[in-house]
Parts: sequence; structure tokens; C-alpha cells
Amino acid sequence: MLLFALAVCAVCSVLVAGAAVALAERQKANQVLDRQKKILAVAGLMPEGAEWTAAKVGEVFRANIVPQVIELSTGLPVPGADALAFDQRAEARDPRASDKAPPNQAGIARLPRRALVYRQLEGGNHRNVILQVEGKGLWSTMHGFVALTPDLTRIEGLTFYEHGETPGLGAEVENPKWQALWKGRRPFDAEGRPVIEVIKGTAGPATTDPTRVDGLSGATITGRGVTHLLRFWLSERGYGPYLARLRAEGETP
Amino acid sequence: MSALPRIKTVVDPLFDNNPIGVQVLGICSALAVTTKVETALVMSVAVTGVLVFSNLSISLLRNQIPAAIRIIVQLTIIASLVIVTDQLLKAFFFEISRQLSVFVGLIITNCIIMGRAEAFAMQNDPGRSVLDGLGNGLGYGLVLTVVAALRELLGAGKVFGFDVLTPTSEGGWYTPNGLMVLAPGAFFLLGLLVWLLKTLRPALAEKP
Repeated sequence: MLLFALAVCAVCSVLVAGAAVALAERQKANQVLDRQKKILAVAGLMPEGAEWTAAKVGEVFRANIVPQVIELSTGLPVPGADALAFDQRAEARDPRASDKAPPNQAGIARLPRRALVYRQLEGGNHRNVILQVEGKGLWSTMHGFVALTPDLTRIEGLTFYEHGETPGLGAEVENPKWQALWKGRRPFDAEGRPVIEVIKGTAGPATTDPTRVDGLSGATITGRGVTHLLRFWLSERGYGPYLARLRAEGETP
Repeated sequence: MSALPRIKTVVDPLFDNNPIGVQVLGICSALAVTTKVETALVMSVAVTGVLVFSNLSISLLRNQIPAAIRIIVQLTIIASLVIVTDQLLKAFFFEISRQLSVFVGLIITNCIIMGRAEAFAMQNDPGRSVLDGLGNGLGYGLVLTVVAALRELLGAGKVFGFDVLTPTSEGGWYTPNGLMVLAPGAFFLLGLLVWLLKTLRPALAEKP
């Protein structure tokens, strides 16, 4: 009996491990493509529901989006860093490349020293800034992108590419209709502090109620997580120095 | 058992012994993945694949599996097959696997799979077990597709992503039924389907 159980386990583990290893490369390629799509969508370069081929996504991405590795604490670009090979999440996990995060409500334990930011270029002019954000929801860490308008005062878009929230409730953070509510909101107050908030219930349109966004019904904690993660990453502890540098350089119109 | 002709092993679970309609198994996923025909079809293929291979492997091992640990052995085999299926979907159908999210993993707990392993594959030869798995998978897929087609049509005015009833939001006349998009809509449809099936086949109705 023991022998039989061991044999079944051995065969099954070989099967599972074999499939995982053999397909890893393809899955990785899918993930990269999916993130590029999300970045294009959040910057408003890819219309909602468009069915683009991998080649087209890659082409539009390369033509419009410039990735850049920055030092998170200073906001300055890291010379010689390969943005295409840079993995911010791997750096956050690596004790040599990250520090203990300052106290925060976003559930972030370690903060990478370097981060990957994306700038949208159009005819040589800098346009939207796209930042990688992450933070705890109800069950999981949610990973996404937030795009800020060229003058850094408004949100162009918000999207999530990976999370493990409840399907039908928290997972509605992926719903394009909800994501569309973010366009035009003002994440900062007059002093530049992030004040954007996902409320419980319905907020007004972006023109009259610019710092609040509708909550998702049945997903209060996920919504709170989105609030905390945006406030964290847009503050001094997150991309604050980078955004301050962009403002100071007057690169933005 | 072996008196049953082979063809009946496949055809029976489509109507007369449908896993969802008659055995009332696998309801959870039938509610969750039937908002669109596309996801329902992929889910059906995934479940059928797992079912055929789990029935095959368990039937091949049926004389070796010690009775005391048979359930856990079945579960190990099923879980491995489901993980492989999940990996395949992530590699080849990335978008759909995102939409199906946890429900691919939850095939492990789909009662149809273990039900057929325990009730059929443990007693029958591999060939017949494969046919039984195929039949039950197709029976599951049939109900899933019908429910999904109705939900997509009534809930979004589309079938397979194509506009059939143009909704008012896009300038048509049809006001989509929001209930159909939510899980309770699937409950009502499934209930109606079970009713229909038992009316057409009175022999299936339970004695009051």
C-alpha cells in the first residue's frame, strides 16, 4: 500500500512539475504581453475591447512607451540599468535590493530601492506617466498600473493585472466600467498629498467630486486596499521623489 | 453493468443521466462560468479532458488501488490532471484562463469527476471508462453551453460575442436583463432545465 501510494505521488509530481517547467516560457511571454496591453490601455493608447495581435501590441508599445529604471528615494534615473530586463517585484523580494518598507496601510513589507516607470512619448514630447503599484486587498496582493496625466495632476487610468480577490466582488477591480471611473480624478490635494479615496457607495463625476471614486459593492476591503495602495505609492514613501523631480524639471507642460 | 452497449455509455449522460440535470452535480461551476458561451465552452473542454484522463488512469489502476486509500489516490490523480490543464490554459488560452480564474483549479472539487471515478472507473475497464468520462463531460458541457447561451443572449444581447439583440445602450431596442448576468440567473435557468428534462422524461422524476 505504501509503495503504491509513493508510486502514484512520484508519477503525479513528475507530471505536474514537467508541465510547469515545459510551459513556463510560454506563460511568461503571455504575462509580458498582458502587462504591455495593460500599460497601453491605462495610457489610453489601446481602445477598450480591442483585439490586437502580439506583434501589434509590441510594436505600439515600443513606439510609444519608454521604460526607465529609477532610484526610488531620489527619483533619478539609474544609469546603465536595463529597463527591459528589470523586474521590480523580484527586486522587492530580494533582501539585497530592497529595504523594510516604512509603516503603511497598504500591506507592503519590503520596498525596492529601484523601480520601473514608464513614460509615454508622443512626437518627442513627454505625455502620461505610468507607475507600477501594488498593495493588499482582502485576500491577495493586487498588482496594477496607474497612469498620471502629463501635468501630474490627474489620473489618466488605473488597472490591475494580477490579484486574487473574490470573483464577482473584489475582482471587479478588473471591470473596465469601474476602471473608467478613474479617468480625470485628482489624486492630490493642494499641498500635493495623495487624498484619492475609494468610498463606500457612489461618488460624483470627476468634474465635481474629483478625489473620490465609487466603491465596489460587496468589496469594501478591496476598495480600501486600492485607496491605501494608491496613497502609499503616490506619497513621499513611494514615487513622490520621482514625481517631484518631474515637476521641478518642468518636463511637463 | 457490462450489459450496457458501449454507445449508451456515451449517450446516456447527455440526457437520461445528465450529470447536472439528473445527478445534480457540478452546479457551482455551472453558475460561475456561464455568463458567456466562450468561457463555458473552454470550461467544458477542460472538464471533459480531466474527466476522460482521470477515468482512464483510475480504471487502469483499479485492481491495484488499495481500498483503504482509494479516495485519496483518486484525488491525487485528479488534482494533478487539473493542475496540468490549468498550466496548459495559462500557456495557450491566457485571456480565457484569466476569466475562468479560480474555477479551473476548482475542477478538482467538481463532484462529477470524483463521482465518475468512484462510481464507474473503479468497476469498469479502461475503454468503457473513457467513454463514460467523455459522455459525462459532454453532458456537462451541453448544459453549460445551453445555460451560457441563454445568459449571454438575455444578459448582454449577444451570443458568442456577436450582437443578436442590440441593447439600448448601443442604439438597439433590447434592454438587457441584469439578473441573467448574476449567479441567481443561472440558478433559475438550471432549475427550468431540470424541470424541462424531468417533464420530457417522466421516468426520471423522483417519487413524491
